[in-house]
Amino acid sequence: MTAKNQRLVLAGLAVLAVVGAALLALSALKDQAAFFYAPGDVEKSGLPLGREVRLGGMVAANSIARQPDGVSIRFRVTDGRATVPVAFTGIAPDLFRERSGVVAEGHFNPDGSFTATNLLAKHDEKYMPPEVAGAMHETKTLER
Amino acid sequence: MTAELGLAALWLAAALALLQIAAATLGLRREGALGEQLRGAVRPVAVAQGLLTAIAFAALLAVFSGSDMSVALVAENSHTAKPWLYKVAGAWGNHEGSMLLWVTILGLAGGAVALLERRLHERTLVATLGAQAVIALGFYAFLLFSSNPFARLSPAPPDGLGLNPLLQDPGLAFHPPTLYIGYVGISVAFSFAVGALVTRDVGPAFARAMRLWVLGAWIFLTLGITAGSYWAYYELGWGGWWFWDPVENASLMPWLAATALLHSVTVVATRDGLRAWTIMLAVVAFSMSMLGTFLVRSGILTSVHAFAVDPERGTFILALLALYIGGALALFGARVGTVRAGATFEPLSREGGLVANNLLLSVILGIVLIGTLYPLLAAAMGTQLSVGPPFFNATAGPIALGLVALMGVGPLLRWRRDDKDALVSRTLPALGTTLLGMAGFFALGGVTRPLPLLGLGLALGLAVASIAPLWRRNLRRTPLFTYGMVVAHLGIAVSLFGMAADSVFTEEKLVAAQVGQPVLVGPFSVTLQGIRPEIGDNWSALEGVLRVQRGEGTPFLLRPQQRFFAAPPTTTNETAIRTEADGQLYTVLGRQGADGRWQLRLWWKPWVTCIWLGGALVALGGALSLLGRLRRERQVRVDPHPTERWT
Repeated sequence: MTAKNQRLVLAGLAVLAVVGAALLALSALKDQAAFFYAPGDVEKSGLPLGREVRLGGMVAANSIARQPDGVSIRFRVTDGRATVPVAFTGIAPDLFRERSGVVAEGHFNPDGSFTATNLLAKHDEKYMPPEVAGAMHETKTLER
Repeated sequence: MTAELGLAALWLAAALALLQIAAATLGLRREGALGEQLRGAVRPVAVAQGLLTAIAFAALLAVFSGSDMSVALVAENSHTAKPWLYKVAGAWGNHEGSMLLWVTILGLAGGAVALLERRLHERTLVATLGAQAVIALGFYAFLLFSSNPFARLSPAPPDGLGLNPLLQDPGLAFHPPTLYIGYVGISVAFSFAVGALVTRDVGPAFARAMRLWVLGAWIFLTLGITAGSYWAYYELGWGGWWFWDPVENASLMPWLAATALLHSVTVVATRDGLRAWTIMLAVVAFSMSMLGTFLVRSGILTSVHAFAVDPERGTFILALLALYIGGALALFGARVGTVRAGATFEPLSREGGLVANNLLLSVILGIVLIGTLYPLLAAAMGTQLSVGPPFFNATAGPIALGLVALMGVGPLLRWRRDDKDALVSRTLPALGTTLLGMAGFFALGGVTRPLPLLGLGLALGLAVASIAPLWRRNLRRTPLFTYGMVVAHLGIAVSLFGMAADSVFTEEKLVAAQVGQPVLVGPFSVTLQGIRPEIGDNWSALEGVLRVQRGEGTPFLLRPQQRFFAAPPTTTNETAIRTEADGQLYTVLGRQGADGRWQLRLWWKPWVTCIWLGGALVALGGALSLLGRLRRERQVRVDPHPTERWT
């Protein structure tokens, strides 16, 4: 193989690798991209079953119910358009409270409820993840 | 006064960078005495610029350690009640300070190149330093025009706002500087590539000079990522060690690119092949380190690291980013035609293996890049979304395992061409170990999930394969850099083993614990003895006292805390971790329920320590390699007729 041909083959391989990566990533993104849901999105786009997603919104007033096992809680997340019941087992973050923003990581159940494996609460204004800020902004009017 | 001194030093450094660009550009165009003088001026100017950045950074450290609240940056990010170490570390725990740290490292690296580099042709070195100054100038402009770290505040507040308590940790003191040294090292490597492109000097001498910087940068990136992962593991209290957080990705992408570059630059240095390819990788690695630096700082990514967003600053950052990456690609496009094709090789050869390594690393890099940037593109089009771990694990995971399999074969290949049958016999022991390991973990360990099972088997196989290059060699005459490769590859095997083991063998217990009642997790029995208050410098805490016993062993105490900070008001979980030879017991204290019981979260994570131990081994391998190369360089400089021993 001459040097010039080898160069062509290598360039071709590089292009192939980049295109392959892009195709692989995009096809996977098609399934996974809608990772963040607000309660109102669920009615619009249907339940994303069988995969890990994030549910963001406001913890509804008077909705936190602690379970007898001492480590589980149930509460409702709302964005003003719809409400999703959430079950969580674990240590809730300190700033997790009613009438304030939350992002729950976990999965939806066929009955429309959500099982959370992790909760992210609003930290403080300065270090808030933008997506929580977005969810908070939309629900801000509800906090009054 | 100190703040003004720092600002003046920064302005002067910027002026010198401008001078350095002018002297380098004109010096390369003019022949004769004038050109020679101009080129001769570049080195001292680069050294002076490095010293000035060091003065500016020292001034910043001084205002922070002295809690000078009349400096806006100190007032916003520090507090008089903070421990001294965190006052100093707080200097770079914010946007402006971290950017100043960046240019300081860049300035010092430029000075070091000017002082120490003796291998390159003079003209290539001048062009390299010119490129360095161009990179630095953008950072100076950014600091001086939109992120002045020395801006004054009037009237000065008495106390300051404080630092995010999550960042009040020894990890913070070392994590960002380590990563920055890595990013800057890559930018130096890129400057070498620019220098070589400008003077059409791409060849083994250039590759050997660049390799040292790539190696150095790569060692620091490896350490930075490993330390960052451990920091997230013990500080967040979630038991995980990698979250595919955009900031983690921002440090992973330059590492992937640098790893590819490290392997391809060896082909140029040893066999004078893959020239244009290597230059291209240098451009990519540089782009990724700029992306890493700026995306984090621009605050547009969803992350705990995202500092407050300032639209003007974000625009500046994106413009600078586009300028750097666009400029690098344009230069590459314009000059790549002048790079002569290097030596050729057969597909089945060490070169071929390294090309495959580069391709797989690039594919992983592409996937991580798309997954990290896609939410930004979507946000620009009006949809709020984030891409999470499921995406990255499903796509990058299998390819990474393929790369590991290749790692087992690559070092056993011969340069230029190899024989298929001979290769098969050389790789048989590793292949056998992999299959045996998988069978063993399946039958005896009860591991049934395919990816972790493959991971465990491959980790064992790779461990065997990475030691194989030493087989039947005279160990005392084997060069240090060969040991470096062996140790680094072994480190990957150790790390992979830890990751796979953590994903299948971890036991988790979440309970509401009654005082005095033992809880069983893995081989441990954990008893909550009581809760007591604790007071620190600027926090108070509730501390759970846990009595832990493993089997019939000696009991010991673990003390996880719930910590409350006053400025800014925040609560953090301080985990308590017990490291045993075969794993870690990880404990987190939750809150008290209405019935008086306390939430406890306990994990027994067998072999999890291997993850970071492996990372440290990889960095150690890099360091051995760097030492070996430096030693070899010295020998060659003495020996006027170097023999063909570059392996």
